[in-house]
Amino acid sequence: MGEWPLIAGQIFNGFSVASLYVLAALGLALSFGLMRVINMAHGEMLMLGGYLAYLTLQVVPGPLGILAAMPVAFLGAAAVGAVLETTLIKRLSARPLDTLLATWGVSLILQQAARNIFGAIGVDVRAPDWLNHAYTVPSGLLEGLTIPATRLFILGVAFAVMGALSLLLARTRIGLLVRAVNQDRGMAAASGINVRAVDLSVFCLGTGIAGLAGVVLALLGPVTPNVGQSYVVPAFLVVVLGGLGSLKGTAIASLIVGLFSALVQILVDVSLAQVLLLLFVIGFIQFRPQGVVAVRSRALDA
Amino acid sequence: MEANGKGMVMRGMYKPAGLAALLLAATSLSAPAAKAADAVKVGVLQSLTGTMAISEVTVKNAEILAIDEINAAGGVLGKKIEPVVEDGASDPAIFAQKATKLVQDGGVVTVFGGWTSASRKAMLPVFQKLKSLLWYPVQFEGNECSPNIMYSGAQPNQQILPALTWAVEKGYKSYFLIGSDYVFPRTANLILKKHIESSKLKVAGEEYVPLGGTDFSAVIAKVQAAKPDIIFSTLNGDSNVSFFKQMAAAGLPSAKLPVMSFSIGEQEAVAMGPSLVEGSYAAWNYFQSLDTPANKKFVAAYQAKFGAGAAVTDPMVHGYVDVYAWKAAVEKAGSFDPEKVRAAAVALDLPDTAMGKVKFAANQSLVQTGYIGQLDPAGQFKIIWQSKGTIDPDPYDPLVFPGKKCPAS
Repeated sequence: MGEWPLIAGQIFNGFSVASLYVLAALGLALSFGLMRVINMAHGEMLMLGGYLAYLTLQVVPGPLGILAAMPVAFLGAAAVGAVLETTLIKRLSARPLDTLLATWGVSLILQQAARNIFGAIGVDVRAPDWLNHAYTVPSGLLEGLTIPATRLFILGVAFAVMGALSLLLARTRIGLLVRAVNQDRGMAAASGINVRAVDLSVFCLGTGIAGLAGVVLALLGPVTPNVGQSYVVPAFLVVVLGGLGSLKGTAIASLIVGLFSALVQILVDVSLAQVLLLLFVIGFIQFRPQGVVAVRSRALDA
Repeated sequence: MEANGKGMVMRGMYKPAGLAALLLAATSLSAPAAKAADAVKVGVLQSLTGTMAISEVTVKNAEILAIDEINAAGGVLGKKIEPVVEDGASDPAIFAQKATKLVQDGGVVTVFGGWTSASRKAMLPVFQKLKSLLWYPVQFEGNECSPNIMYSGAQPNQQILPALTWAVEKGYKSYFLIGSDYVFPRTANLILKKHIESSKLKVAGEEYVPLGGTDFSAVIAKVQAAKPDIIFSTLNGDSNVSFFKQMAAAGLPSAKLPVMSFSIGEQEAVAMGPSLVEGSYAAWNYFQSLDTPANKKFVAAYQAKFGAGAAVTDPMVHGYVDVYAWKAAVEKAGSFDPEKVRAAAVALDLPDTAMGKVKFAANQSLVQTGYIGQLDPAGQFKIIWQSKGTIDPDPYDPLVFPGKKCPAS
């Protein structure tokens, strides 16, 4: 196996890492874009998705359990999001710093709850056999390149979620209302749109996507009470880099981050790659504080 | 890395609550102490809260079990042992504080505890200054030798090098080293590299992932490009789950590419899901499956107290044996004085402990046997290899730290 399969493999891995980040970050971008709420408990929605996958697999074992887990986790996390929004975020909506602190408190409570219910040492969620294999290029320039089926599956899920989300926002009446509230909250409310209901549904959608993301992340990572913490920081990074609240920006920023770290890792190890990634993002934000697509997307969204 | 930063903030947040709880616990624990004149106090200092609690609570359990057993059999020098339990809270600074508190204010004659090297390094100056004695139960990277610490966990030449000896005997020629990015994996791999190279074998690659890291795509791509015969893993914690899942997803389960881990014991295997790590190897100085009457008795006693399915691991048995070693040394010295106990502990034979025949060498580390185990589907290790007799501990690897020696005490 020479250089080419490694480079091609890393390009694929870059897309794969990007797909994980975009799934983890979309919910954050949604709630920030519409409500200017920074949800520190977002990582725990991912964790919740992982545990719901575990519970679903207890009820529906076998190869299709993971597919059953996805809607369960989506609805479960969306329901928790609804409770969070109506009991807490709604009441703090004009106070962003308080929201930050309160959702952080919720994050700690949810982690401890998971620890008390499921134990501190995590639960076992495994990829089904139909995902647990890899495709290998048998010959040619890319001989020896392997593409794990699990990573392909997650890429597919990420594309499906992004596609569904952009259709929802661009083509449906709900999307129209969301865009209206996003453009001008006061005017939308004055013209009879139930702004509260729009806020609630967007927040639930965001946490639901995080729950769904938790299921697919469980295929490649651990399901523990503090697993959310290891994804929420890259998710924030992606949202900031993408341009706060822009969905297109979030997707592009995920890809930049994924490809950057994958390609840099051909030369250096993971620890150093993270340092370089952070330096890159800091540099980028210096020159473009509004993020990747903020200006154009504001024009487009507006 | 960023996740770690966040974790630190969170641990910081836990502190006030943890401290308050501890103060309560400490007052309730020390209340009866004043009354019992014929008791001797010892400290038990492990992390009962925070990230390390998962591992350390069970070590505390094993240490308390040993103390209870000794008390039930009549105590030491006619006195009951009274454990004073403190929480290190997964924070080296708190370990140092609590060690001071135990020795200076609590009047304990010795302390059993510690897990991470950072916690040990933080406590070391405390025990040196107060001229007390710490019994440390976990394998570590060596390169340290204090007269105030009894190092019962394996030195690198008792865990890591036996694993290499086994792999060389099996005919593996090309080694890939993967570790979490902190002092133990870096030092362990430094030692491994020197020994692999001096045996004219090949280091196919060396990769580090931040502690808690979850993305192994690039590491696995490099493994696939390097095509090693075996992976030596010093990954710690949840990273192991990500690593094994992503190896399986890439079509490289343990059956295809063997993995030797230095941080996966019975407890970790159960937590990760035994089927995930089935067939992989581990090197320790004790496995729960060790087939001796003394071990069966220990496992039965532990499970009777802490649950029928409770896993027993290498650091736990070290904590347990440490208490018995202390008792034997106290009886030999006829005194609880740390200085005299330390002198008595060295070269005191412990022929029949739960982990077999051990004794403390002159450098205050434990002479013990190295074992290689292979994980079965139930999360237990099948012992497939053991070192020829016991191995003398060597804190300073001669290839990596030539000329360095323990100070003569």
